[in-house]
Amino acid sequence: MSTKGKVTGIVSNLVTVAVDGPVAENELCYINLGGTQLLAEVIKVTGDKVSVQVFESTRGLKNGDSVEFLGKMLEATLGPGLLSGIYDGLQNNLTTMTGVFLKRGEYTDPLDRTALWEFTPIAQPGDKVVAADWLGEVKEGWLPHKIMVPFAFQGEFTVKEIVPAGSYTVDQTIAVLTDKDGEDVPVTMTQKWPVKVAIKGFKEKPRPRKIMETGVRVIDTFNPIAEGGTGFIPGPFGCGKTVLQHAIAKQGDADVIVMAACGERANEVVEIFTEFPELVDPHTGRKLMERTTIICNTSNMPVAAREASVYTAMTICEYYRAMGLKCLLLADSTSRWAQALREMSNRMEELPGQDAFPVDLSAIISNFYARAGMVVLNNGQTGAVTFIGTVSPAGGNLKEPVTESTKKAARCFYALEQNRADQKRYPAVNPIDSYSKYLEYPEIQEFLQEKIDKQWVEKVLRAKNLVRRGREMADQINILGDDGVPMSYHEAFWKSELIDFAFLQQDAFDAVDALCPLERQEYILDLILGICDKQFEFDNFEQCRSFFKELINTLRQMNYSEFRSPQFNQYEQQLRNQLS
Amino acid sequence: MATKAFQRTYTQLQAITKATVTLNARGVSNDELATVNGRLAQVVKTKGDSVTLQVFSGTEGVPTNAEVSFHGAPPTLRVSEQLSGRFFNAYGRPIDGGPEVEGEEREVGGPSVNPFKRRQPSQLIPTGIAGIDLNNTLVSGQKIPFFADPDQPYNQVMADVALRADVDKIILGGMGLSNDDYLFFRHAFESAGALDKIVSFVNTTEEPPVERLLIPDMALAAAEYFAVDKNEKVLVLLTDMTLYADALSIVSNRMDQIPSKDSMPGSLYSDLAKIYEKAVQLPDGGSITIIAVTTLNDGDITHAIPDNTGYITEGQLFLRADPDSGKVIVDPFRSLSRLKQLVQGKKTREDHSQVMNAGVRLYADAQNAKTKLENGFDLSDYDLRCLDYAKEYATRILSIDVNITIEQMLDTAWEIFAKYFSPAETGIRQALVDKYWKA
Repeated sequence: MSTKGKVTGIVSNLVTVAVDGPVAENELCYINLGGTQLLAEVIKVTGDKVSVQVFESTRGLKNGDSVEFLGKMLEATLGPGLLSGIYDGLQNNLTTMTGVFLKRGEYTDPLDRTALWEFTPIAQPGDKVVAADWLGEVKEGWLPHKIMVPFAFQGEFTVKEIVPAGSYTVDQTIAVLTDKDGEDVPVTMTQKWPVKVAIKGFKEKPRPRKIMETGVRVIDTFNPIAEGGTGFIPGPFGCGKTVLQHAIAKQGDADVIVMAACGERANEVVEIFTEFPELVDPHTGRKLMERTTIICNTSNMPVAAREASVYTAMTICEYYRAMGLKCLLLADSTSRWAQALREMSNRMEELPGQDAFPVDLSAIISNFYARAGMVVLNNGQTGAVTFIGTVSPAGGNLKEPVTESTKKAARCFYALEQNRADQKRYPAVNPIDSYSKYLEYPEIQEFLQEKIDKQWVEKVLRAKNLVRRGREMADQINILGDDGVPMSYHEAFWKSELIDFAFLQQDAFDAVDALCPLERQEYILDLILGICDKQFEFDNFEQCRSFFKELINTLRQMNYSEFRSPQFNQYEQQLRNQLS
Repeated sequence: MATKAFQRTYTQLQAITKATVTLNARGVSNDELATVNGRLAQVVKTKGDSVTLQVFSGTEGVPTNAEVSFHGAPPTLRVSEQLSGRFFNAYGRPIDGGPEVEGEEREVGGPSVNPFKRRQPSQLIPTGIAGIDLNNTLVSGQKIPFFADPDQPYNQVMADVALRADVDKIILGGMGLSNDDYLFFRHAFESAGALDKIVSFVNTTEEPPVERLLIPDMALAAAEYFAVDKNEKVLVLLTDMTLYADALSIVSNRMDQIPSKDSMPGSLYSDLAKIYEKAVQLPDGGSITIIAVTTLNDGDITHAIPDNTGYITEGQLFLRADPDSGKVIVDPFRSLSRLKQLVQGKKTREDHSQVMNAGVRLYADAQNAKTKLENGFDLSDYDLRCLDYAKEYATRILSIDVNITIEQMLDTAWEIFAKYFSPAETGIRQALVDKYWKA
């Protein structure tokens, strides 16, 4: 007999319920509003009074309305068909909903129950298997989607039967496993998993050892993110957070990309599902949508589901990681999720922490970032979840709880700077303040030396140093005046401008410049460092300025040209003429 | 509102604050309306039998034995073609002396559009103002505020934009409008002969602040009627959203909620997003575009109201007085239209985005030169050219009194570039320079 209750109080989407039996923290319930079932989650229990956050608008709800508890937490439904899906924060399929407006209490199935999948067995009868071991495979579009022993299964099982290759729906039994007590358990192609619990089922979680290419120069060269790494992008509004994140989504070298639009603008999601079915994945030539799943809980959708949306997205990533795939999770923005926590904490009249955020904010954020990572599966293969979140600091001030808590948890920091954005120096990533801890990892250094160049890390550090030095020179010039400093100051300043304009800045809306593969990044960086190594003789700073401006112009024209095309070579020749 | 026979009536208030009253009542539903001594109120909290009502017109003079009756439904608006050309108060009642509107009664503040059913905005909204059309192009379905100090002529610019925009309906939501500004809008709409395509919901400074909370919902309910039911292009003007947010903080304060930054409620972001996200391009051709005003305190955009707004809206238009040209300009650095790339170079000439970027970059160089000048340093030849350029650029492009076509704006920009700079100094792609440079 499930626990039942009655509504006793309502403040916005926080509802208190008097219950007649046991309830669990985070347990789900349905509140009956005149026949419409509103999904809600338990967030606090005091005696027989339970506080629940409702995932829908509570307009029209009355004290005394009945509540039924479901005996389970919020779960993601996992199985073939998730790829290319467009879901809300609770994993309702938005594409199968009727009507232009979202209707309260309309919950749609994440998976197509009637679709047939071409199943090929991997396991044999008699095999010993544990949770997350691969039983078979279906082709989900291009992707070899592994059907696994459900993550919730504990202990060792023996495969008793497995169906032959053929077409099956997700609900058909594809294998029967026997547990150690001789009990037979049927297995289908779908399983459920509570989103707030990390999916284990792998052997170990080593340190990342590769970098994930994004085609964005200021990331890949200056502050590379590791496959299975974590990073975050804080920045005031209007600094290009979303453009940068979309660039990473379009160009990131990953098998599966899950985009969690958490409390952000609906039109940004529209952009993704309008453009991604047309745009081509530069790594495979397939359409981008074929590797993308969208979880969207836009800012006008119910607040409580914002929190759920990032967890749902992470769970889907972990599911694909268990198939030995490289996944990339992009969440925009984690600040909205933190604000949702703040709204609830406030309504529950909890003692607030800094800026009225709940006191456990830091712990919640670091727990979430810890779910990313590269893993070695039970069969020795590897999979990865790389996570990049954006943070929207209030007033653009990075000394606020969400940014500070995230800085403790994430290994890469891409600080977007208002000043650079004002000058249209995009991407507005501050080259000095930003960092990647991965550049210090010996494993990553070794990888870079092997993949790009023996001296690569030194080169990157040298370029960073030139930029830093140029900034100092700019300060001196501003204080002492153009004529008050030696010519070498001007030269150092313009060398840093050269790196800034020709390398760090990148036009995300230019068909060619938007994507810069590592090979091309290396070529351009070598070219630029070659120029910076030269000592020039200038009569006056005007001459210095116009000389470098001409160089910058030529290098930018190169950036706009196809790599090694006749046009590219022609500009390069022009550059050499300018230098001699 | 008339009392109906079946309404339940209570006469014992437990508590009164400036904006809320609390009483014991049963069978009350969340968000439903009530009347407290003839004043409209809305349920904001229930706890056991204790119900808290937000009284829109304030509680001055409300006694503890006030008569409270519940309506059993949230706020509604009667919608039909009869809305056109009319002026209403925050409750949707006519204030122009005309008759009540007949039509279907709709709940205001209704559900969101399924993001999957939205279409990507793609229709340009030309305004004739180059600081907007050239640098910060507007697109139908967009939501964008003017950020302006209270002394800037934002209401005039907004009225200009509205009357020049090619839309089927203009809906004005005035919150805390001064009576003078209200009459300005009325006069501007009347003299443009555009009254029949305008619907206005107005709360003036003479009326209680909490009433303002109803204005955006009323205006957007009317907008949704025309955009969804009639497939029309609707432009919604909301001024001033800062006063709306102030009203939110009054109510949350009276309800003893813990304030977050700048004494605003912790839910400010969600509250504002619910309004702005009503901007939409619908699959059947209708659209809602929102242009709002957020007044600033001495240009401070880090205050919680403009800050949260900036994260929600698709850019912002920043007005400021420019001492060099003596004009009010659309600041090219702090202004941004996030949707501009959906139309620039697609609905406009191919050189649009490069011309825009070059113009702003050179204007930034001029600001650096100005800093040098202020610090007493010698200016280079380039600096001097930048300064001259900046003045002409501000006067002919950025000023809000410009009214030309986008083609003319582009030609003007090329002309100014050629007057002060070499092609290489503009950094524009060579192919475009070859085609458009005005030697």
